[in-house]
Parts: sequence; C-alpha cells; structure tokens
Amino acid sequence: MSLTDGSALVTSNETSRYVSQEQQLATLTRRLALQRVLDGLFRKTTLFFALFVLAMLAAIIAALIYGGYPAIEKFGPGFLTSRAWNPVTHEYGALNAIYGTVVTSFIALLIGVPLSFGIAVFLTELCPVWLKQPLGTAVELLAGIPSIIYGIWGLFVFAPIFAEYIQPFLTRTVGAIPVIGELFQGPPTGIGVLAAGIILAVMVIPFIASVMRDVFEVVPGVLKESAYGLGATTWEVVRNIVLPYTKAGVVGGIMLGLGRALGETMAVTFVIGNAPKIAASLYSPGNSIASTLANEFAEASDVLHVSSLISLGLVLFLITLIVLTLAKLMLAQLAKQEGART
Amino acid sequence: MNAVLRPAASPASTNVKISVKNLQFFYGSFQSLKNINLEIPERRITAFIGPSGCGKSTLLRTFNRMYDLYPGQRADGEILLNGKNILEKDQDVNLLRAKVGMVFQKPTPFPMSIYDNIAFGVKLYERLSASEMDDRVEWALKKAAIWDEVKDKLKQSGLSLSGGQQQRLCIARAVAVRPEVVLLDEPTSALDPISTAKIEELVHELKEDYTIAMVTHNMQQAARVSDFTAYMYLGELVEYGVTSELFIKPQRKETEDYITGRFG
Amino acid sequence: MNSIYRRRVLVNRVSLVLAFAAMAVGMVFLLWILSVLVFRGIGGINMAVFTEMTPSPTGAGGLANAIFGSLMMVGFATFIATPIGILAGIYLAEFGNRGWVGPTTRFINDILLSAPSIIIGLFIYAVYVAQVRHFSAWAGTMSLSLLAIPVVVRTTENMLRLVPASLREAATALGAPQWKVILSVALRAVGGGVLTGVLLAVARISGETAPLLFTALNNQFWSADMNAPMANLPVVIFQFAMSPFENWQSLAWAGALLITIFVLTLNILARTLFVPRTS
Repeated sequence: MSLTDGSALVTSNETSRYVSQEQQLATLTRRLALQRVLDGLFRKTTLFFALFVLAMLAAIIAALIYGGYPAIEKFGPGFLTSRAWNPVTHEYGALNAIYGTVVTSFIALLIGVPLSFGIAVFLTELCPVWLKQPLGTAVELLAGIPSIIYGIWGLFVFAPIFAEYIQPFLTRTVGAIPVIGELFQGPPTGIGVLAAGIILAVMVIPFIASVMRDVFEVVPGVLKESAYGLGATTWEVVRNIVLPYTKAGVVGGIMLGLGRALGETMAVTFVIGNAPKIAASLYSPGNSIASTLANEFAEASDVLHVSSLISLGLVLFLITLIVLTLAKLMLAQLAKQEGART
Repeated sequence: MNAVLRPAASPASTNVKISVKNLQFFYGSFQSLKNINLEIPERRITAFIGPSGCGKSTLLRTFNRMYDLYPGQRADGEILLNGKNILEKDQDVNLLRAKVGMVFQKPTPFPMSIYDNIAFGVKLYERLSASEMDDRVEWALKKAAIWDEVKDKLKQSGLSLSGGQQQRLCIARAVAVRPEVVLLDEPTSALDPISTAKIEELVHELKEDYTIAMVTHNMQQAARVSDFTAYMYLGELVEYGVTSELFIKPQRKETEDYITGRFG
Repeated sequence: MNSIYRRRVLVNRVSLVLAFAAMAVGMVFLLWILSVLVFRGIGGINMAVFTEMTPSPTGAGGLANAIFGSLMMVGFATFIATPIGILAGIYLAEFGNRGWVGPTTRFINDILLSAPSIIIGLFIYAVYVAQVRHFSAWAGTMSLSLLAIPVVVRTTENMLRLVPASLREAATALGAPQWKVILSVALRAVGGGVLTGVLLAVARISGETAPLLFTALNNQFWSADMNAPMANLPVVIFQFAMSPFENWQSLAWAGALLITIFVLTLNILARTLFVPRTS
C-alpha cells in the first residue's frame, strides 16, 4: 500500500549522509560488539552462581555420604534399625534418634497445627482491620526469633512450670486412661520428649500460621462474598470455601512446618534430656538426630563415632528433603490452581 | 489489501522512511499480523488506529524489533529503514534502537535522577565531556518542552515528577539519543486531558525533525495530530491514507463503521 | 429451620471463640517469652558485657569476645553471600524461565531455604574442617553464608519479578545492552527490596547456633584470627545456659536478650524502611 504516487516517490537513500560518519559508525559498531560480549559474560556469570546454588544440594549429600562412609560400610542398612549407641563398644544405630525426631515433631504438629489454623482464621476472617497489620507482624516476628531463645526459655522457664503443675495434672487425668495413659507416666522432671515437643510446637506455630494466613489470603474476595451473600456464617465460609480452595496450600504449609521441626536443633537440645533411649513414657528423656549432633559432635574423636554422627545427619537431611519437596509440590499446586482459575 | 491509495493531497516530495513489505508476525503459532504492506513517510506523523488486539502495537514493536526480547515471537517479510532490511539477522538491534526511539503507554522513568535518565541513553552511544553532556541534556529536555519545569531539580529522581511530566521526560530521553524515528505506543492513554494536550503539541513540533509512528486508541487524537492514518483490524491493514481524507471519506465500509462508532 | 439455624450459629460461635483463643494463646507465649527475656537479661547487661572477655565459671566477665566474633562471622558471611545470592537471583528472574537450570535451581533454592541449619554445619565440617583438621572462624563464616545465600536469592528473584516489563522494554528501546538494563534499571528500581532480603538474611544467620557448633566452635579468649576457633554469641549462650554456674547463666540471658533485640530490630527495619518502589 503506497502513500504517494510511485513516480514522485523518492525512496530514501541516505547512505551519503553516513559516509562522512563512517569512522564514527565503525567505532560505535565496535562498542556495541563489546556490549554483546559483556552481555554474554554477564549471563554466564549469573548462570555460574545459579549453578553454584544448584550444586550445593548435591554437594551436601555427597559430603555427608563421604563423611559417613566408615559407619555406612560397617553397619549397613542395619544402622537405621539399631538402637545401640555406645562410644565405648563402638556400636552405633540411628533408631533412638530417629524415634526422638519423629515423636517430637509429631507432638509439635499435633499441638501446633490446630493453634496455627486458629490464628490464621483469626487473622484473615475475624481480626478488626486496624489490628490485622500489627498482629500479623507480631506473628512474623515470633517466627524470626532465633531458636536458641526458645530453647533457653524452655529450659529455665517452661520446664519448671511444666514439672510442677502440668505433668502431675496430665498423669492424674490422661494418665488414668488405659494404653494412652502409658505415655504420661513417670517422674515429672519437666524435661523429656513431651517437653521438647511442646517447645517445638511453640516455635513452629508462628511459622505455620503465617504460611496459612498467606495461603488463605489467596482466596478471591468474590468467592467468599458470594457465600456470605447466601447467609453463610464465618465458620461455614472457612470450612466450605476457604479450606477446600486452599487445601493444597494448607497441607504444604504444615509440611514446611514439619520440615522445620524435624531439623530444629536448639529448641530441642535444651529440653529433650539427651539420653539415647526409647521409653514408653513421653516424660522420659530422649534424643533427636539434631540434638545428638549438637551434643556429641564437637567432642567425638573416634572415626567411627564421627562418621556415625554424619550418617545420622544424612538420614535427617534425606527425611527433611522428602518432606520439603512434598511441601513445595503442594504449594506449587495451589499456585497453579490459582493461576488456572483467574 | 491490494487497494493502493493515491491520495491527491499527499505531499509528493515526501521521502519514504520505513517501508513494510509482506510482513507477517507470529506469537508462537498464532499469526497476529497478516501480510502488511505500507510506507511511512519521513518527518510526518503516522497514526495507527483500530480496536484492541488488531495488531497495531505489534506492528509498531517490529520497527525496533522489541519482540526480540520474547522467545516465540517472530516476524517474516521485510521492513526497510532507509532502504535496509532491519529484519535481517545481521542487523545490530542496538544500533537499530539508537535510530528508532520508543515511548510507551505508561511513563517509564528509570529509577535515577532526571539528568541521569537523559544521560543513560546518550552514554550508550557517545563519549561526551561533562559540559557536552550538560548541553545535550538541556537540549533534549527543551526539545521535549519540559526544561523549564525541571531545570532546577535535575538531580531529583525522575519518579518524583507528575505523570505527564514523566512522559515528556521519557520523550526527552528518546530524543536525546538523536534517533531518526520515534515510535509512540499510546503515549497519552495513561494521562489526564491537560497532559495529553501538552504531549500532542509536543509531538506536532517533533515532526519537524523526526519521523513519528504513533499507536492510539483515541480516534480524535489520530485526527488531531497525525498526517497519515492506518486503520487495522484483526491483524490486517484495512485502510491507509491521508488522515483528513480517511476520516471524512473512508474508502472501505469497515473503516467507516469503526470511525463512526458503529463498531464494537 | 429455626433449630438448624440455631445450630449453625452455635457452631459458628464456638469455632470463632476457638480461633480467638488460639490467637490469644499465641500472643501470650510471645509476650511471655519476650518479657522473661527482658526481665532475666536486663539485669546481666552492663558495660562489662561489652568490654570484658567470657569469664571462668567462678570469675566475672562479659561477652566482648563473643560479640566481636559474631559480628566478624556474620559480617564476612553477609559480604560473601550478598553478591552470590543477587547474581543467582538475577539468573532466576531474568534468564531462568526456559530450560531446566532455572526451574531446578529455584526448587532447590527453596529446599535449601528451609533445610536444617545443623546439616549445613555438618557439610562444612566434612568438606573443610575435617580436611584442614582444625575448627576456625572461616568455617563458621562459610556455613553462615551458605545459610544466607538462599534468602538473598529468593528475595532478589521476587523483587526483580515486580519490575514492570515496560521499564525493561523502555531501557531496551534505547538500545541498552541487557546487563545494563538489569543492573542499572531493573535492579536499581527494587534495590530497597533486595536490601530487605539481605537484612532478613543477616537476621536469620545472627541467631544461628547449630551450624557454628562444629565449625567455629568457641574460644574463651579474644581472638581476631579467622583461621582459629572464635567465640560467638549463640554458642556461648548455649554453653553457658547448659552449665550449672549462676554467673554463666546470667550472661547467657544477657546474650540472649542482645541477640533477640538485634534480630527483631533487623526484622522491623527490613519491614518498614524499604518498600519497593515500582510505579
């Protein structure tokens, strides 16, 4: 489609204008070529550091296998099921520590999840607008407090109160129930698996609660409004709209919390009692993988002892790896479903 | 479209700055421009109008190969700038963008001072002394009719300006590189009427020195500002001609429907 | 109708009371922990804490060497982690959408973000401490920087994704090379946000105890030698708190208060000072 009469059209041929500037253009072209080289270099530099992060995971696993090899070679898969832990006889097994890790984390979730859920519901549905920001920030700050603070608080403040009032109370009430009661027997020392689980719960609550709150806020306002428009109560909206919509995200948040609880060191080490044993009662002292490492590693000198501890670390890392991967997949699913609906 | 327009009123002496031949454009497998042929005259304002999604912005963004940023976007055909095909592989896109400046729908001041916003582009191509750079910045800001408003606060952030001022700053930034062509992609759609009027006035002055291609969704604006207007629909160029004629006496039914508002 | 309705209202009321109670419990614990920290810690804080070395079980002293050690290690770790994290974050945001490197790295970074910190300590022990056969502040610095990197990567990527495409296009339209578009325009537009990420990373690593236990270990004396074991607040708190000696315990509380104040201040600063400016 031509605008002007073909014969009158002078196709712009401006080469003449550039002849005098040929030199200049050559310099410019060189500079631009240099820029292209810099672009390539920049891209490769960032790629290098991305690969560095990528390699970290593989390097960690490789280093742990390498460091733990003497123990892996000696004990084989039996390491996972053995309850032995004796530096004198050089017998090591991971079962005690695995048990402690799993049980404390389970207790933490048992207590932490309902409370976190309540906090998230309060923050998203009930909280007066002016309180939303400060309370939300408070929860996030709670999540930022170093875990050693929870540990020292647990040891000096919580454990005495726990031993004095709560443990005797639990023994009298829940302890009277057959089977379950077994878990709540023994001297109330304030220290042990149950105490560690509770401190762990206090620590993961802010964490799970802030993930859940973020997840709840993903629910489109219109969706909730249309349910409210039908006369649904707040609880019904949470139960029937918010929860189904954010199911994957909620589970993901819980798994993230679990990942944290499994690997938490300081909050547990202070109050778990540090005894390599599995007892029927939750009142008795125990050990988690992380607390074993924290207590023994710096003092271990024997090769087999060190490599057994590193193997424990490997077990912990693999467990958390699986849990965190599942958590990420769950959260990604929520994000995807979110994207599909909008 | 085969209908070749020969508007009597067209200035015969006008050179062709950009010549588009058989241009096809693809987003992945979706073809969004179909066989576009047109010529954009030098030192004139050419407006592109049409309903949203008609491909007018896509067309504009082929003139500086902006689509290169996005994988999966591809242009076939020829776009001749000064007679040289810019779609060829060996075309240096940065050099092309030095010649073809662009201003966007929303003002895009860089997060730096007003002065540095202008100097940023200049430094890419020229090594100027401090005083030469001062002169260039002043020149560009004057060209964009914003010098008087900012001359006392050149060190302030470009983000501190109002929307209309930001947009004129962006025009100054584009002009400072001394391009031959300036592309304007709906430059006033995010602005209030007063700022819009200022920009339109500015664009009118800029055509003394630059070839201007402008996308607008505002037909009145096209009628007010441009010398030539192209109407696009569904990726095709429906009609192209002298603005006054196209608006008064459109050749095609579709164009008439659109400009009289009987469309969408 | 009436009974159904009454039941619904009741269920609603009970659940809302429970949610409120959960919030109250959470707040009670927060206030409890913080007030205990203040009450027990404030008594131990005096000039000696900042000027004197960690004491013997019976002597008097302060935390000067531990505070210094923590500052050194956290400082160096931040110095190392920031450029690495920002560059990797740039890759994820700007180049990492295609191919497998970007998505995989993003996933692994998120895993590392919540991986147990004690494992990082174990890792550095295995690859560095065990090889050079001595604990050192450098080893502590390495494990802290490995913990900080994922935080910086994540915030850098998130922040860069907030930069509107139009800003990048505007810089590209001037013919700017990509590295300049990213560094001088995109990154600069969200510089405050990236700084927030760095602050959060500092907050995270300054309270970390587990990864220092068998890397930097501890040192009773003043040491500025990065190649030797170095005292640091978290490990000192751990050892002193677990001890039966009263003067050690009171120093542990003082140290705990100091760390908490430092970490909370950083968190609050990060939240209030820098809000990304994208318009």
